[in-house]
Amino acid sequence: MMRKVAIYGKGGIGKSTTTQNTVAGLAQMGKKIMVVGCDPKADSTRLLLGGLAQKSVLDSLREEGEDVLLENIRKKGYGDTWCVESGGPEPGVGCAGRGIITSINMLESLGAYAESEALDYAFYDVLGDVVCGGFAMPIRDGKAEEIYIVCSGEMMAMYAANNICKGIMKFAQSGSVRLGGLICNSRAVDNEKEMIEELAKMLGTQMIYFVPRDNDVQRAEINRKTVIEWNPDVIQAEHYRGLARAIDENTNFVIPKPLEIEQLEKLLMDFGLMN
Amino acid sequence: MATTKKKMVQWDPAHVKAELLSKYPTKVARKRSKQIMINEALENETPEITANVRTTPGIITMRGCTYAGCKGVIMGPTRDIVNIVHGPIGCSFYAWLTRRNQTDAGTDGANYMNYCFSTDMQDSDIIFGGEKKLAQAIQEAYDLFHPRSIAVFATCPVGLIGDDIHTVTKRMKEKFGDCNVYAFSCEGYKGVSQSAGHHIANNQVFRHIVGENDAEKPGKYKINLLGEYNIGGDGFEIDRIFKKCGITNIATFSGNSTYDQFASAHKADLNAVMCHRSINYVADMLETKYGIPWIKVNFIGADATAKSLRKIAQYFGDQEFIDQVEAVIAEEMPKVLEARADVRTRTEGKTAMMFLGGSRAHHYQELFAEMGMKVISAGYEFAHRDDYEGRQVIPDLKVDADSRNIEELEVEADETRFKPRKSVEEIKALEDAGYEFKKYDGLLPDMDKDTLIIDDLNQYEAEKMVELMKPDIFCAGIKEKYSIQKLGVPMKQLHSYDSGGPYAGFKGAVNFYHEIDRLVNSKVWSYMKAPWQNNPQLSASYGCE
Repeated sequence: MMRKVAIYGKGGIGKSTTTQNTVAGLAQMGKKIMVVGCDPKADSTRLLLGGLAQKSVLDSLREEGEDVLLENIRKKGYGDTWCVESGGPEPGVGCAGRGIITSINMLESLGAYAESEALDYAFYDVLGDVVCGGFAMPIRDGKAEEIYIVCSGEMMAMYAANNICKGIMKFAQSGSVRLGGLICNSRAVDNEKEMIEELAKMLGTQMIYFVPRDNDVQRAEINRKTVIEWNPDVIQAEHYRGLARAIDENTNFVIPKPLEIEQLEKLLMDFGLMN
Repeated sequence: MATTKKKMVQWDPAHVKAELLSKYPTKVARKRSKQIMINEALENETPEITANVRTTPGIITMRGCTYAGCKGVIMGPTRDIVNIVHGPIGCSFYAWLTRRNQTDAGTDGANYMNYCFSTDMQDSDIIFGGEKKLAQAIQEAYDLFHPRSIAVFATCPVGLIGDDIHTVTKRMKEKFGDCNVYAFSCEGYKGVSQSAGHHIANNQVFRHIVGENDAEKPGKYKINLLGEYNIGGDGFEIDRIFKKCGITNIATFSGNSTYDQFASAHKADLNAVMCHRSINYVADMLETKYGIPWIKVNFIGADATAKSLRKIAQYFGDQEFIDQVEAVIAEEMPKVLEARADVRTRTEGKTAMMFLGGSRAHHYQELFAEMGMKVISAGYEFAHRDDYEGRQVIPDLKVDADSRNIEELEVEADETRFKPRKSVEEIKALEDAGYEFKKYDGLLPDMDKDTLIIDDLNQYEAEKMVELMKPDIFCAGIKEKYSIQKLGVPMKQLHSYDSGGPYAGFKGAVNFYHEIDRLVNSKVWSYMKAPWQNNPQLSASYGCE
């Protein structure tokens, strides 16, 4: 049974980095994975592929017309993971949301999810907040069934997480999508771990992993590699393996209960003032 | 035995109104009740009617979209502007030669009306934006036809993805040098009806075309005819009469028109406004910028035509001209009166309902009255309150979010070209003699007491009214045509005239008399029920009874 996972979170929070490092961890465990980048910048598979080497689904569609082959749009990356970039228009023109819908439909019709592919996981790495219908595509129609939200103890990241929960709640009521937990990508703010744990509890979910801040992530990125590929022995690599394990073993899937803004503000006050 | 049975229809307007509202949920009923008015025919003041508000979702309205108002109504009838629709193909296809606005193809060969120009947007154009494809389409049209002007119309998806059509057209205009290119942001979803599209079209025509040609135009009595769209050749008949009277029509907005007519419109000395709703913005702007006054006219109905001609003659004031107009009226009227007397024996006392546009439901009352027919209910699809109650309510109109969405052009007097056509004293003298400038009293004062006036009628209400009030004829558009005819009532399209026309002017009036006579006195409607529905040929009962 293929598990369909989407990673959401505030822009710049580290979704792509976290996703690729986690996927590397899962690959090390012997899992077969496809990563679908849902960002017009097409930079969601850079670390797995060792650079921006992927031709996006939409670029292929534009150049090849309808005769696109699966080989044209997916590339093998670290640990035999399949890497796909949805792509999209240049900033300020067209409709990127519509592009994501088109490319996911394209992948389906080309059989990228077929049983013969024997995938254990499909990961969607989705741009920023839930912006419009197109960006919600992975959580509609059962395309993704587990959502993990990357956040930190910073206020805006928590706002975004709460907002994404609203989107999940909307689609969960009519479909199979569930929240699997919050991934805290630490920014080293005060009481961060406790605060995110509390936020998760209030949302009705869990903090599935606390990823500490570590410069090795940056060093690996400069080398266009995931931490696990760059140096599997550093402590941060062990953290990503831990997150991969936690996701693989996760059984806690819920329909989130988004908070009122007042509740969120209070949470920040309570934890921010604890010291 | 063929006796015509006199139809006995008794209805009470309050009862009809209550019946129409009874099917609605409370909130919808409350809103609709303000749009359904029992006319009180008061002398000095009219009660307020709600108009130009959004149709409640779920109601099958008679309205069209903003794009239809801009591309279809205002810009469609101009023959030598290439109209490119930027969007998926359906919007172009269904606006292709569907409005029966006729044109004289002219001698220069520049007639693009019969073509359908579209960028035919596909999925990838939506995703990556359609600007490049639009520029390519403009270039292609230019290379093929070398038109003097190209207009671009936005459809809904263009607004959603934010294609900057105005920058594209501006660039293309600069590139060509000899072709005026401009765009209309007339996405279908803007505004509450096609009325928004009229306004958008008015603005852009005024901004980009009017005043472009300063060459003097010959003619002594120069006017513009605004809000006449040459449906079924109406404009041809009006122009025939103008010519006989010695009136020079500089520009018709926009029936049988050309780009150059619009560009020279500021050379006229009077604006005669037919359809108030669709074009009054241009009339106002021409007055402010160039000093040309405007008057309301109506060429639907022979008497109304005569009245409008006299009004034009009186404005110019030359006795010679006034005499010529009188001579034309005297020459044209006998044939009209003869036809009228003939049909009237068969049409007198018949009833009609009309739900049309923003002026036709008013203008055609003249023709029905000439035939002795009574309009028992009428209303507009997309009018504003001033079209019902008169222009004096304009200062009190509520500006809601939907109207705010439509640009309001700020126009000032042109530094060099502003020239008042009449001095203040001349205007005053005319007004003292009862002459009315810039005045439109609307539909309400011209309808009888206890008639029903309904804004934005819908399919349910139309059918219910036909059932309750049993009119002899129902006039609306193609969407209503067959649902009404299935109820056994003749239906005349007064948007496209079915396949008839012209109905304007003197000859048009005669055409209309004959057409309505033919429709309301046809026996075909009495055969709506199959014979066995009234008298079964066999009857039987179940065995167990």
